[in-house]
Amino acid sequence: MPKPESILCPMPAGLYCPPGDFYIDPVRPVARAVITHGHSDHARAGHGAVVATTETLAIMAARYGADFAGQSEALRYGQTIDRDGVDITLVPAGHVLGSAQAVVRHKGMTLVVSGDYKRRRDPTCPPFEPVACDVFVTEATFGIPVFNFPDAADEIARLLKSVAQFPERTHLVGAYALGKAQRIIRLLREAGYDSPIYVHGAMQGMNALYERFGIELGPLEPATVEKAKKSDFAGAIVIAPPSAIDDRWSRRFADPLPAFASGWMRVRARARQRQVELPLVISDHADWNELTGTISEIGPGEVWITHGGEEALLRWSELNGVAARALSLVGYDDDEGES
Amino acid sequence: MRAFAGLLDRLAFTPQRNGKLTLLRDHFRDTPDPERGWALAALTGVLSFDAAKPAFIRKAVEARMDPHLFALSYDYVGDLAETVALVWPARPGANREPDLSEVIDALRGASRAQVQALLETWLDALDADGRWALLKLLTGGLRVGVSARLAKQALAALGGVEIDQIEEVWHSQHAPYEDLFAWLEKRSEKPTANAPGRFRPVMLAQAIEKADFTRLAPGDFAAEWKWDGIRVQAVNERGQKRLYSRTGDDIGQAFPDVLDFLNFDGVIDGELLVMRDGQVASFGDLQQRLNRKTADAKLLAQYPAAIRAYDLLLDGEDDLRILPFAERRKRLEIFVARAQSPRIDLSPLQPFADWQELSALRADPPLGDARLAEGLMLKRWDSIYEAGRPKGPWFKWKRDPHLIDAVLMYAQRGHGKRSGFYSDYTFGVWREDANGDRSLTPVGKAYFGFTDEELKLIDKFVRDNTTERFGPVRAVRADRDFGLVLEVAFEGLQRSTRHKSGVAMRFPRINRLRWDKPAREADELATLEKMLTE
Repeated sequence: MPKPESILCPMPAGLYCPPGDFYIDPVRPVARAVITHGHSDHARAGHGAVVATTETLAIMAARYGADFAGQSEALRYGQTIDRDGVDITLVPAGHVLGSAQAVVRHKGMTLVVSGDYKRRRDPTCPPFEPVACDVFVTEATFGIPVFNFPDAADEIARLLKSVAQFPERTHLVGAYALGKAQRIIRLLREAGYDSPIYVHGAMQGMNALYERFGIELGPLEPATVEKAKKSDFAGAIVIAPPSAIDDRWSRRFADPLPAFASGWMRVRARARQRQVELPLVISDHADWNELTGTISEIGPGEVWITHGGEEALLRWSELNGVAARALSLVGYDDDEGES
Repeated sequence: MRAFAGLLDRLAFTPQRNGKLTLLRDHFRDTPDPERGWALAALTGVLSFDAAKPAFIRKAVEARMDPHLFALSYDYVGDLAETVALVWPARPGANREPDLSEVIDALRGASRAQVQALLETWLDALDADGRWALLKLLTGGLRVGVSARLAKQALAALGGVEIDQIEEVWHSQHAPYEDLFAWLEKRSEKPTANAPGRFRPVMLAQAIEKADFTRLAPGDFAAEWKWDGIRVQAVNERGQKRLYSRTGDDIGQAFPDVLDFLNFDGVIDGELLVMRDGQVASFGDLQQRLNRKTADAKLLAQYPAAIRAYDLLLDGEDDLRILPFAERRKRLEIFVARAQSPRIDLSPLQPFADWQELSALRADPPLGDARLAEGLMLKRWDSIYEAGRPKGPWFKWKRDPHLIDAVLMYAQRGHGKRSGFYSDYTFGVWREDANGDRSLTPVGKAYFGFTDEELKLIDKFVRDNTTERFGPVRAVRADRDFGLVLEVAFEGLQRSTRHKSGVAMRFPRINRLRWDKPAREADELATLEKMLTE
């Protein structure tokens, strides 16, 4: 059996597979890349050849233009391709639309790169599928025991209660444009909210893309004031990228009540720093219990930990007799997804 | 407990008063008895029980989880109660979530050791927000920015009554306040207010305008100095001694030196001041005694408090509030003389012939205590004691504010309607260092005094001239050659060891924007220091 380090190893451009000559989620342009999902810190433009799910390729094309890569190859979940004797399979990761784990098999050894993942139900993408493996390369964005997320439906209920309590104000929900925004909209619809939801211009393309892939988002309106009066947004829910909420853009609304949907909102200081009045603890990443629970469930021979709280996860592994090490990969946002 | 935890969570993140009021009112409306009453008690700070020690909480969590993992978590969060609330490894089992009333009931009868045993079972049964609320309750100090007054305001909104009516009955009511809620929900009559030692809503003055003087006859008014302390109501009713703030908060525990010497039978309206040998000390001295739950012997000796009396509401059994001020004043003088309390003296009247004479006195007060006064009070001789702020009978005539020119240094984003604007400003003045170089040192912070138009202009200035960002705060360019000069008005200046500049302003606000003034011509710290010595 080969050593796993000879199949995947960290390089300045990202995680590299020498026998297959490809990178997984490289942070700079390379000849051959496998992309786990469409967030901009994982999916960059300018690679020679890209392998990803159909949805991820569509997201990249929407963001970077049709010529985002020299060539691209779409894989269905579960479909396997061969790259110079290395098998690559994409398996659902439950993170956002099109998100996948990259399963790499070579000479009887299986390595799974989780990409970003979560274990919670998400109405916008299929759930994470555990794959037995020799090495599990896990993300660790929320790899500290303080991050245990509540049920997203309860957080949405808090948002709706606040809308009812403050009908004179505009609830301005900060959510990342890819994934979080659409999940929030779907969760609102599931909770019975069928009024129009107003969305920031930067999200309209992604919303349309989700709808093309069959995720129904219900009535959406652009959050522009050209035709409307300020008071028209009183009592409304507006979804915008987090950066827009701090910006002059938010002045167009009646007495805005800033909310932010993110796993970081679990810690009060983070919410206070952003002057968020309604922190919504909703994340597209695995929380501490999901991270540790997934490792226990898969039972890999070894765990490699990438971006995030590796120190605590290493300690947990030590206590639980799991062989683990931290991979120092650079270039991934500490922030959830993208801004 | 869930509803209470949800309320605390929202309150902690809601900066505006109106937002807090809505949250409180809705909670009191939607939560059943006795839960809402205990919430009210917790928020108004009337509960007391043996608090759990932070050290115990830490020990309990470390018995259940790896100390190294806990330490990493604590480092990350920085607050013990919050960390424990988030990481608590609940034992699986069918623990029923406790009600707030259940928690408080148990706590009130329990010893510290019992509290600790109970705590673990409760932590197991609650979710993260519930655990946070519980730990805040147990370690004392909810710190969600709700004063007793605000909670009462929410009750007033719930019942559609004036807050004075709440204040009036408040001290005859006890947690969990079921009679009070029954009245506010119109299910029963107003509860009786005549518990001895209760608070009586105070009478407030309007600010006088220039135009008022032409239509007011000097002979109709008494004048006295407006003392720079805090308004208090001192009660001794059938042996029930109380000291209330002007909003009806019972502050007696923090002022045992005054409470001990309420040797009279009645209710005095007056100013709480630090006094040494009959001489008024500055507000800064009084501040050492404020916002504390208790006071130790050293503090009592260093900052002795006393009351300067200016009105009498109750004399024995006689309610004097229906009498004219002239009559009440005569009774007050006799009352204070008879009490011979070492901690109570009389606020003297300031005789005057006409407004010109009084105006001159205001601009240049006579030597002595009056020099430390905030200005003058004018009271109609025939005014009855009327709760609230009636128009006409009482006026305050404050001294003109101090003005300085300072340079804008930092700006912070506001909340609510101002959330897209940089609306909170830190400003500084020039200080000369040992080499003779001048740099800015921050001397205060202000967030009002400007118009909406001016706000837009300052906001644009901040965005165009940002040099650094720290979360919601931006540093703006401010040096000898460039900067925005703000004319700042303030009421007084105190020495402060907490501020780098060594001074702290009272009630600072932006008076004018001085776009025309070069930054280098703004004031020097020495100018402020000179005001301190005056």
